Amino acid sequence: MRSRLLLTLFVALAAALFSGCSTAVRVQPWERATLTDYTMRPDRDPLAVALAEHTYFSRESATGGRGVGGSGCGCN
Amino acid sequence: MFLLAGARAEIKVGGVFPALASVGLVGEVPDTKDKILVVDFWASWCAPCKAAFPALGKINADYAARGVVLVGISVDEKPAAYADFVKKMAPTFLTLHDASQKLVRAVAVPAMPTTYLIGRDGKVRFIHAGYQGESTDRILRTQIDKLLAAN
Repeated sequence: MRSRLLLTLFVALAAALFSGCSTAVRVQPWERATLTDYTMRPDRDPLAVALAEHTYFSRESATGGRGVGGSGCGCN
Repeated sequence: MFLLAGARAEIKVGGVFPALASVGLVGEVPDTKDKILVVDFWASWCAPCKAAFPALGKINADYAARGVVLVGISVDEKPAAYADFVKKMAPTFLTLHDASQKLVRAVAVPAMPTTYLIGRDGKVRFIHAGYQGESTDRILRTQIDKLLAAN
């Protein structure tokens, strides 16, 4: 009897805990004003994008950077 | 339970559309008694909504004399954004502002923009989500013609 009660309590607690993982916080179509703002664009600053791309390419050139796939000498 | 938490009470075809006069819209709500109503939900930050404006203006011009009322309802949260956009775009159809987003929440539009075609009985007869240029224009006109013929 007691183990059944504990099991019920556990299930109830788990349900309450995992309800936080539900899609209740989904942004609705009419709530996207902030998301469409210019400042939310990752490419809003061309200089920052160029620097980030250069860093990425230099670091990941052994695997082709953003270009071709596969490995290489990493010497470019 | 998770599905229920994410569920929306979206108004579907056949459902009753809320009365415009009862949802606190900002602007002069038109008399829609015995009229076919076309409601387009838009926002100043929504590019496809903006693209739809000329086509909606033409639909309004072509069907107004035949008992069709076209209303564009903005869901902008900022009154200034709504006012600036209307001033800039100068739409040739009636626009209202759902400043409290009460109507759009009740309707739960599936996308921006979404256009509802509402019959004289107040029931939703057709829903078109998004704006796909001439295709949308053609679909809306076909559906309005069909509804006018049925009445």
